[in-house]
Amino acid sequence: MKKIEYTKIKGQSIAYYGLLAGLGFMILLGLIATWYMEHNGHYVTGMTNHIVWGMPHVFAVFLIVAASGALNVASIASVFGKKIYDPLSRLSALLAIALLAGGLVVLLLDLGRPDRLIVAITTYNFKSIFAWNIILYTGFFAIVGAYIWMMMDHNMYKFKKKVGLAAFVWRLVLTTGTGSIFGFLVARSAYDAAIMAPMFIIMSFAFGLAIFLLVLMASYNWTGRELGDAVVARLRSLLGVFVAATLFLTAIYHLTNLYISQHHGVEAFILANGGIYTNLFWIGQVFLGGLLPLALIYAPSLKTSRNTLGVASALIIIGGLCQLYVIIIGGQAYPMEIFPGYEVSNTYFGAVSQYSPSLPEIMLGLSGVAVSLLLLIFAIKVLRFLPVSLSDSFADPHASK
Amino acid sequence: MTKRFLRISLILTGLILLFPLQGMADTPLPSISLPEGEGVKCVEPVDDIRRNHMNYLLHQRDKTVYEGIRTEKHSLANCIDCHVQPNEQGVVPAHDDKEHFCNACHEYAAVQIDCFGCHADRPQKFIKRNSQPHALQQQLNEVLMAKEMGAH
Amino acid sequence: MSDQINDSRRNFLSKAAIAGSITLAPGVLLHQTAHAKPDDQAVSSDTRWGMLIDTNKCAKSCTGCVDACNEEFDLIGSMPKSSEAQKTQYIRKVTLVEKQTKHETSLPMLCQHCESPPCVDVCPTGASFKRVDGIVLVDKHICIGCRYCMMACPYKARSFVHEAIENQTLSAPRGKGTVESCTMCVHRVDNGDIPACVEACTADNHNAMFFGDLNDPDSEISREMKKHGGKQIRADLNLNTGVRYQGL
Repeated sequence: MKKIEYTKIKGQSIAYYGLLAGLGFMILLGLIATWYMEHNGHYVTGMTNHIVWGMPHVFAVFLIVAASGALNVASIASVFGKKIYDPLSRLSALLAIALLAGGLVVLLLDLGRPDRLIVAITTYNFKSIFAWNIILYTGFFAIVGAYIWMMMDHNMYKFKKKVGLAAFVWRLVLTTGTGSIFGFLVARSAYDAAIMAPMFIIMSFAFGLAIFLLVLMASYNWTGRELGDAVVARLRSLLGVFVAATLFLTAIYHLTNLYISQHHGVEAFILANGGIYTNLFWIGQVFLGGLLPLALIYAPSLKTSRNTLGVASALIIIGGLCQLYVIIIGGQAYPMEIFPGYEVSNTYFGAVSQYSPSLPEIMLGLSGVAVSLLLLIFAIKVLRFLPVSLSDSFADPHASK
Repeated sequence: MTKRFLRISLILTGLILLFPLQGMADTPLPSISLPEGEGVKCVEPVDDIRRNHMNYLLHQRDKTVYEGIRTEKHSLANCIDCHVQPNEQGVVPAHDDKEHFCNACHEYAAVQIDCFGCHADRPQKFIKRNSQPHALQQQLNEVLMAKEMGAH
Repeated sequence: MSDQINDSRRNFLSKAAIAGSITLAPGVLLHQTAHAKPDDQAVSSDTRWGMLIDTNKCAKSCTGCVDACNEEFDLIGSMPKSSEAQKTQYIRKVTLVEKQTKHETSLPMLCQHCESPPCVDVCPTGASFKRVDGIVLVDKHICIGCRYCMMACPYKARSFVHEAIENQTLSAPRGKGTVESCTMCVHRVDNGDIPACVEACTADNHNAMFFGDLNDPDSEISREMKKHGGKQIRADLNLNTGVRYQGL
């Protein structure tokens, strides 16, 4: 196997600066939205005392979940020794950091008091899963950062495998932590399930890889580098497995709930009569984000088409956002079971809560995506992340063990 | 040699630190109006309270919130009761007015106050409530105000 | 001078309070807690404050407790910009109809002041905390407004302040971007008084709410509960709530 050569991208084209400016503009919009929300207070958003986490959290959780998933490619190479993924490791780790940063920015800027960030990072209640997550996120930056260093510094290369293993374990814990934010909420029928954590891990595999594939294909296409079919075919079938696994766990989650009569109400709400949430579940999450991408990935006639793979990845991302919307917002909209066996007169306790995301919330959420992408395209310009070529002769499957 | 150099630079640093007040001579010092009346004085010596009021308040805040200790001496409400009074036009300054006792210095020193997001910036007796206070409370307030007026 | 004022004010306040409670509501004194602790003494874990609500005496159309609470904390009118779903309320009246028997019950819902409060467990900074005497509060000085406690609370007791607030009462400093909920009128309790809602319920002569020390076997609330019981809402969660209900 030949030695892999990495180079920075030139990043001097109008298109590059145009992309940079576009993303910068999106971030600016997000900052304006933040200022508007923080200056006035959250009454200008669609969020209420019922729907306390809204659109920003859908984006933030999506980005954070995808971040740990994006690291997967590197993990497969270093932890499981699949050599074909080796050249992709740097980009995989970079994408992981960038996505996490984007997600955290959104999460932070939606706080009621973002100016108290210093309180959040100096005062801990160790029983809180949120507090663990703050540590997990910071640790993730440190470990993945070190991992990139090990991969790039010739002298440190020998530690790469060990740090890679640490990063792999850390990312599993991190996604478990993110899933547990919801899984440990005993009071809410939609969330109270241990399966939330493994489900979030599988979701992260799918979302992270979908974003990785889009980033990989776009960067190779736009910089005129060669991306061989061998690599893409591998990633493609991996993506298929992850999407199928996400569907499987979703099914298990709902089947378990359907067995417990206490949860029949919320299941009926999500699966049958929840209006927007039911539509988002069946059309968005299951069809657009699950069945359709599977068909695109596995249909024999489309097997080599990069475009269909791109479309499938985009669909998985859309489906993922729908899934998180159903979990986060749908789970809050369904009335809490405070008085089992009773009909409740007070609409505060008894009725399904209404929520319509406001423009500033969406702008803030999208700006998180922009932060991730901006970090990414900036980093690949200043450091050597991308292999010069990923043609089949470089990444020949027969060369791997 | 090094020692001497160190000593000189220490002295110089000290001197430089003494100077800012003079350097800012063209920025007018904040003017604060102190409560008037015979024998009226702060809960601590003026030098001490100027330097340490934030510590007293912080300490009192945690004592009150966590331990339910509600002594008046170092409570924010006690500061406000004396120090925030209507001006000649009868207007009570708000916490972001230059005239407000706290804000006058804090704006000058460019130190943000984080109190008035949650705490009233004026004595309760100058606040007109939107809703009618509970009958007992109202009765209390009225008598209390009458009593205080009489005392002055 | 200032000390003199304070003394005279304190004397006056206690006199006025007694006078007020006698003239307004003869029943109040019966429920008044035995003695106020000195101002400079910390609260102690020997006490656990709690509340007992007799739903049989709670009139369906009465909102006395809710109105008293809203007045005590100046909740109505302090949030003109927020929508109904965004406004704060510490206590709410609910009417329940048993699905099978159609039996109707009316009761007030407020923070249940759990012994193991989920809101305290999840709070990342520890702003959500339980005082040693069992009252669950938010330390708004270190609340970052993440709303995780609102997600975790099984009783939907908490509210987020959606807009800037001015001219707060001394009873409840509260402001934009932080979370709040029923304080069990901690400012009154520390002075030896009873919560505003209980006072109002008694004043209206409904006597459906009792306040007192759950740790003291001789307190009125403990004796009443020993005799007739006091159920928890969502007892399955095993939170050992400080607010208990009869006739549910």
